Amino acid sequence: MKYELVAGFETHVELSTKTKIFCSCTTAFGGEPNTHCCPVCIGLPGTLPKLNRQVVKYAIMAGLATNCEIAEVAKMDRKNYCYPDLPKAYQISEYDKPLCEHGYIQLSNGRKIRILRIHIEEDAGKLVHAHGDTYVDYNRGGVPLIEIVTEPDFRSVDEAREYVEKLQLIMRCIGVSDCRMQEGSMRCDVNISVRPEGSDKLGTRTEIKNMNSINNIAKAMEYEYERQVDVIENGGKVIQETLRYDDASNTTSSMRGKEDANDYRYFRDPDLVTILTSREEVEEIRKTLPELPEVKKERYVEEYDIPEKDASLLTKYRKVSEYFDEAIEGLKTPKTVSNFIIGSIFRRVETEKDKESFDVAVSPKQLNELVKMLEDKKIQNNLAKKTLEKMLDTGKPCTEFIDESDLGGVDDNALAQMCQSAIDSNPAAVADYKGGKEKALMALLGNVMKQSRGKADAQAVRAKLIELIG
Amino acid sequence: MSQIKKIHDMLTSKEISCKELTQKYLDEIEKSNGELNAYVNVTADTAVAQAEKVDAKIAKGETIGLLEGVPMTLKDNLSTKGIETTCCSKILTGYKPIYNATVWDKLENEGAVLLGKTNMDEFAMGSSSETSYFGGATNPFNTKHCAGGSSGGVASAVGADIAAYGLGSDTGGSIRQPASFCGIVGLKPTYGAVSRYGLIAYASSLDQIGPVTKTVEDASIVYDAISDYDPKDSTCQGRKGDLTFDTVNNDIKGMKIGIVREYLDGVRDDVKESLLNAVKVYESLGAEVIYFDMPAIKFALPVYYIIACAEASSNLGRYDGIRYGFKAEHYNGTHDMMCRTRSEGFGDEVKRRILLGTYVLSAGYYDAYYKKAQNLRGTIVKAFDDAFTKCDFVLAPTVPMTAFEMGHATSDPVETYLTDICTVPVNIAGLPAVSIPCGFDDKGLPIGMQLIGNKFKEATILGAANAYEKAAGENFKDTKWGVKL
Repeated sequence: MKYELVAGFETHVELSTKTKIFCSCTTAFGGEPNTHCCPVCIGLPGTLPKLNRQVVKYAIMAGLATNCEIAEVAKMDRKNYCYPDLPKAYQISEYDKPLCEHGYIQLSNGRKIRILRIHIEEDAGKLVHAHGDTYVDYNRGGVPLIEIVTEPDFRSVDEAREYVEKLQLIMRCIGVSDCRMQEGSMRCDVNISVRPEGSDKLGTRTEIKNMNSINNIAKAMEYEYERQVDVIENGGKVIQETLRYDDASNTTSSMRGKEDANDYRYFRDPDLVTILTSREEVEEIRKTLPELPEVKKERYVEEYDIPEKDASLLTKYRKVSEYFDEAIEGLKTPKTVSNFIIGSIFRRVETEKDKESFDVAVSPKQLNELVKMLEDKKIQNNLAKKTLEKMLDTGKPCTEFIDESDLGGVDDNALAQMCQSAIDSNPAAVADYKGGKEKALMALLGNVMKQSRGKADAQAVRAKLIELIG
Repeated sequence: MSQIKKIHDMLTSKEISCKELTQKYLDEIEKSNGELNAYVNVTADTAVAQAEKVDAKIAKGETIGLLEGVPMTLKDNLSTKGIETTCCSKILTGYKPIYNATVWDKLENEGAVLLGKTNMDEFAMGSSSETSYFGGATNPFNTKHCAGGSSGGVASAVGADIAAYGLGSDTGGSIRQPASFCGIVGLKPTYGAVSRYGLIAYASSLDQIGPVTKTVEDASIVYDAISDYDPKDSTCQGRKGDLTFDTVNNDIKGMKIGIVREYLDGVRDDVKESLLNAVKVYESLGAEVIYFDMPAIKFALPVYYIIACAEASSNLGRYDGIRYGFKAEHYNGTHDMMCRTRSEGFGDEVKRRILLGTYVLSAGYYDAYYKKAQNLRGTIVKAFDDAFTKCDFVLAPTVPMTAFEMGHATSDPVETYLTDICTVPVNIAGLPAVSIPCGFDDKGLPIGMQLIGNKFKEATILGAANAYEKAAGENFKDTKWGVKL
């Protein structure tokens, strides 16, 4: 029998507000343990939370970017559980009145992944095991999170992969999170079940946690799908449980601990007032939302004639697309800029993190000047590429590397002379070409380009050579 | 006369130095605290240091504020930076906060002299102060009787004149009931009038800090000093309106006083009689008295115990021995450490309320208890809204009886819960109420009554209370203890 995979996602995204959700401590990642803390975020007796309104704004932005409805009235609740990383013994979250509901993200195959809800909550601290002891670091405690919960709409691992990538793109684009899975600023839990193909009944699901990359999510889902199918095929029953994914062995195993049959005793947090969002405020926020990556990508393809693959790369990181947008200003050939970014600049900006910050020695304006010269046929493509490399090495503008003699094309007479000279000094190549070896022409072409120090137009040289050889 | 004003006059006229006065209070505490058990921590050094500062100012001819140099006390659930704050629980022994409660920040800035921290029921859970880890505070009128609770220590100290005034907290009557038992004034402000920041929470939606004083005027002065908007407390709106005492209308002619019949049910005869005598005083002052029913009051007690315990069960989850306070000595692993710390660190009453609260919030019981209690809370709020369309304030007994004998309250918890019947409706509805003395029983124990106002109508109830105090001052008596000004 064939089995269909059914999965849903619960994704925690750390918001990149400067301060924590209920106090003014920094949200900066890392730091000496327990240095980004105050009486409020370590839950000292008598302290009270004060909601950071920026968190509400960011959550609304996330909601709008994923087609959610924004609640006019929301509230915060206490989720009670006892664990050393949770200093108040409750997490302030939203239980039955989340800020955002009923959204979706559309996948490339046309299917919509429905978003059930997005709510705001505080992160917990973390336990550090060292020297045979357990320590607790509350730096992360109180960092704002949104939890994005989907309906069980995924039918394949590929869909899951695309969803996570898209979610990352959107959140980064609107600037609410850097979504770094390795650093834990994006964490996915996957609910997964299987059912005979064609069935419309949901099977028993398991929840997988602890996956810190998209590849791990894919691998864990594949593993868990196979495992559940095996269990059923062998006459067993899938048990509803929480599983931990182990990267090293690529397996899932049952988790014990705080998730064990917990009754969270949710109730409204009496220390916080109702969250009201006016329609005007929501519309204001909607207006400030940047163009979403998906929309931007399509525009790049249609308006600038950039290949879809390249447009995807340009829109994957907000800083890159901002760089591109600035660099193409007033140019006729945005595609050239795209080629330079992807062909040259990306080779120096390899990691995800570097692309995210996209700190490039050459400013968009400098790149713009260079491409402008190319458009005006003042220089040729080869020279432009070489110049760009030098610019990237030094951070200096293109004019530093292109002197007067480089500028301007090569006039027809000079070109003819150079071509004749190349023919004269390479009789063998000429003979080869005449004998039918098309490639032999390249040697002659190279010779001419060298003579012209790269500024001759290769197409024109080629034509002239053919003409002269006859 | 206002103790605070009297002290202020003595200081500014140089009749006594602040240091001498403070020392007098410290000496009287030394003499009486063995019997009263009002203080659990006397902060003599900081008190004297502060007094010297005030004296230096006076010596330089600088003007001092009304509260500057006035010796006072704080209930031990108000956070004081660097000064042990235990909530009179074993589990917080040794805990020294690293920040000040907003109310203490304000009073400290005004130059208040803190004599020490006063006794209370453990985590403010109780009606006699006897659930305190340090034993109960006794009543200055008769030390065989309790001072009441949970702010029993403050009430005992102020009643015995070993503090000029104090701050307590009132979740279900914890300021008013001990004030009533100790023959003094206790104001529970409107929920949100005073910042709760730094008040170690018992039940967050009910807790409110307020003054415990000898006179109504003092209550008004202290209330004006502590009620303010505080950005650190989202539920705090500050004092909505003017300073209370400067603007209170002592002339209560034409005011409508409401007597709610349900408040008189089950009230001891002598207590009821004192209240009715007070009604006569008010009538003689030209007020109009109207009687009406408020059936919703009947729900107040169960609603209170469900909501308070639910919130407490969550608020007290943080005491796990990991970060501060008491930690069990012998344990096997983190989980065992937490269990033992709580088993050994919490007293019986606290455990009882945590269990109750956990139960009413549990899946399957939430709707039957917590949700229903929240709905009924709305009903009670509405009943008071209606009441205030008929009258300016409600006059009611504070407690249906006078101070229990020591040991009585802890012997029967449920019966003791029932004695909160008159005080809890005010907390449920978030209203202000002031308890003032209105007579004595045959044992010479004080009887109190409370004036309940609409939200942010502190000026109304304090004005009316002040009018009564002027007309029936014989009910405001000194005890044999303390500093005689």
